Amino acid sequence: MVKEVKTLKSFSQSAEKFEGSHLLCPGCGHGIIVREVLNAVDGPIVLGNSTGCLEVCSAVYPHTSWDVPWIHIGFENGSTAISGVESMYKALERKGKYKGQRPKFVAFGGDGASYDIGFQFISGCLERGHDMTYICLDNENYANTGGQRSGSTPMGASTSTTPAGKVSFGKKERKKDLPLIMAAHGIPYTAQIAPNKWKDMNKKIKTALDTEGPCFINALSPCPTEWKYHSSLAIEMTDLAVDCLIFPLFEIFHGQELKITYRPRNVLPVRDYLGVQKRFAHLFKKENEHIIEALQKDVDARWEYLQRREEAKV
Amino acid sequence: MKNWQEFEAGAVLFPFEKQGQEELGKHNNERTYTTNSSFTASVANWRVEKPVHNKEVCINCFNCWVYCPDASILSREGKMSGIDYEHCKGCGVCVDVCPTNPKSLLMFDNLESEQEALAKWPQKAEGLKKKSYRTEGGYNGF
Ligand SMILES: Cc1ncc(C[n+]2csc(CCOP(=O)(O)OP(=O)(O)O)c2C)c(N)n1
Ligand code: SF4
Ligand code: SF4
Ligand code: SF4
Repeated sequence: MVKEVKTLKSFSQSAEKFEGSHLLCPGCGHGIIVREVLNAVDGPIVLGNSTGCLEVCSAVYPHTSWDVPWIHIGFENGSTAISGVESMYKALERKGKYKGQRPKFVAFGGDGASYDIGFQFISGCLERGHDMTYICLDNENYANTGGQRSGSTPMGASTSTTPAGKVSFGKKERKKDLPLIMAAHGIPYTAQIAPNKWKDMNKKIKTALDTEGPCFINALSPCPTEWKYHSSLAIEMTDLAVDCLIFPLFEIFHGQELKITYRPRNVLPVRDYLGVQKRFAHLFKKENEHIIEALQKDVDARWEYLQRREEAKV
Repeated sequence: MKNWQEFEAGAVLFPFEKQGQEELGKHNNERTYTTNSSFTASVANWRVEKPVHNKEVCINCFNCWVYCPDASILSREGKMSGIDYEHCKGCGVCVDVCPTNPKSLLMFDNLESEQEALAKWPQKAEGLKKKSYRTEGGYNGF
């Protein structure tokens, strides 16, 4: 049902399922991720979508950019909407009223919708064991409403509600570790993906969608508008993020068994990643340099932790 | 068409005229879309610059296809066949990820003709650093 994508040449023969003339900003990571996910799915699929850039920009009346069934719903409900659809199909099957191929059930939500406002709803879906995959499009801010900080915003980032200036270096709190929290539900599959690593991403999407039960995927989605970099650099941003390990790529089976799926040949310093985005520009002032050091320390510690967990298989 | 105030709650928009599942298997330009599909709309006026494709240098790696956020790289039978200028917003991602030297996609002024653009194509550059924007140290202005 989900293709194994071996070469881009074969992948490019896929029928498009997410159409152009959506209204996402030029160079938006959401569009890249959605295309990489949907174009690999061959059978029927139903999507839920929490409010956010993706939902708002792909369904401006009278247009829809979706060629597959897609439900437009509230900020916190992407997950619950699709869990309801899944339950409906199961009930219809039980009553013998639906005999077709069971669709894949997938929900998209931004990090605001996933780390913060829809958090308990996703947790409920995972705990109830629905056969669905939740994909968080993690652009590390509430982009659709003007770039407010979210639980996913990294420490030190300047956002519209944590502006950097004379009295502040930007967001004071660390990024919430959502994938590990979700994995702690003991769900069959959790993973982090980035759109630049299309092969790794395809494997994980295939595993998630083809696994029975609830799966959670956190996808790094570069946002030129709020991270403040040139629109052409989406893939370079994600290259830097995975190579400096601020966004490590891994997967977790059954809430245990952690596997790191990408080990950079050259690990870059975090400052290389920070240095190309204006949201971090103020960190390079002398008085804020300690924040860069703190971020680097966090990244190193987390990488160490992931490696140890992988070794210990816990 | 109804306006949004007349729209009933729980309304559905259909992108295809005919059987959805059947249409879905077809290549975009063989499908019959309804005017509800954004495919029938254009964002060409968002663009200041446009990417131009040079077939002579292209190696059909499809990096541009997979990374275009706007489904605007056209592909036919395993060949990159050009750009869909109705849906391309001119972000430049495709140019950035194109691996050839010289690049097989370059940005030009939106008003420049394809012929003019191809006539200006640069030669192979020596010692080109791929990630040229990366700098040591501080914020570099992007
Ligand atoms: C309950 C509720 N609160 C607030 C809003 C307003 N709102 C709409 S989109 C949005 C931001 C979405 O941010 P995120 O989930 O991170 O997605 P992004 O736009 O970044 O893709 C907000 C606050 C809403 N629609 N519903
Ligand atoms: S604000 Fe960011 S996430 Fe939203 S459409 Fe623009 S680039 Fe995409
Ligand atoms: S400029 Fe952007 S939108 Fe246009 S074809 Fe290239 S990647 Fe796609
Ligand atoms: S990225 Fe460049 S070389 Fe590869 S298919 Fe596109 S235009 Fe051709």
